[in-house]
Amino acid sequence: MSAAVDVAHAEAPEGAPLSQRGPAPTRVVAAFGFWLFLLSDIILFAALFAAYAVLAGSTNGGPSGAELFNKRHVLYETGCLLASSFTCGMMMIAMDTRSTRLIYLGSLITAGLGALFLSLEFSEFADMIRGGNGPTRSAFLSAFFALVGTHGIHVTVGIGWLAMMVGQVATIGFAPMVVRRLFCFSLFWHALDIVWIGIFTVVYLGVYR
Amino acid sequence: MSVEVEASDTDRAPGSHRSSRDRLRSYLVGLVLAMVLTAASFAASSSNLVWSPGTPVLLAVLAIAQMGVHLVFFLHISSAPDSTNNVLSLAFGIFVVGLLIFGSMIIMANLNQNMTLNDQMLDMHLQR
Repeated sequence: MSAAVDVAHAEAPEGAPLSQRGPAPTRVVAAFGFWLFLLSDIILFAALFAAYAVLAGSTNGGPSGAELFNKRHVLYETGCLLASSFTCGMMMIAMDTRSTRLIYLGSLITAGLGALFLSLEFSEFADMIRGGNGPTRSAFLSAFFALVGTHGIHVTVGIGWLAMMVGQVATIGFAPMVVRRLFCFSLFWHALDIVWIGIFTVVYLGVYR
Repeated sequence: MSVEVEASDTDRAPGSHRSSRDRLRSYLVGLVLAMVLTAASFAASSSNLVWSPGTPVLLAVLAIAQMGVHLVFFLHISSAPDSTNNVLSLAFGIFVVGLLIFGSMIIMANLNQNMTLNDQMLDMHLQR
């Protein structure tokens, strides 16, 4: 059965017209399905962005963003995520050359930078809550914690996913299934970086006018 | 087999079936561009070089440019036949995101404007 499927999904010559190539390979179909999930996830973030944009001025007498945010802190967070996006790309190249050791190294650095980002974000949240500016203080802070916190939860899930993928590479090896999952992980990780671009522009830099 | 090699050498869409070295170069170009755009965003938000009412527009342009860089160099969205469906669904996703964000902002700004009552209207409304 699986052999028949493999034959049906064998790569057609590049030069053949689209109509004569037959069904797309599983690699392409799986990536497309995951791409659709990512777009729906980005629409979820769009709803949170819309809530933040509407509520950003509703501070209810509490502190505004300009008083709470530390731009240097945000620059470090941005650097962590961008660097981890890059090492995730290096991991994909290591996957193509089937280099287990480089995959381990790449995922260690990627997850480490992700964890560093999370600890920076956690310390920022803890400082704000300790100062009495938690999500219950004003509508602005509710929207802020919902938006940035949801992104942080995504990063946490991504680190867990990466740990599982390292386990699968170690136990199963580079089966087509594992390669597809690792590729989907890289899409997820890069998409999170794109969401972060929106967050640092709208939330953190938008207030310094 | 020889046909395949020949075709992939001459009729290759950008972003598909490249060597490790080409892919490394693509990631490096993306990293440098993203770093430059991020630095520009942070500089633009704090400097006085730009007319201050124009800063949000500049920040939006830099953010959209950086999202484009990430899509092309990291997520490998290209004009290759393999990613036609991805590009179409991306266009639809951007459309929905735009509707959601700008639609909410317009509706809420409109409501805020219309719901603001002056004192006399407020007295009538509250029957006091």
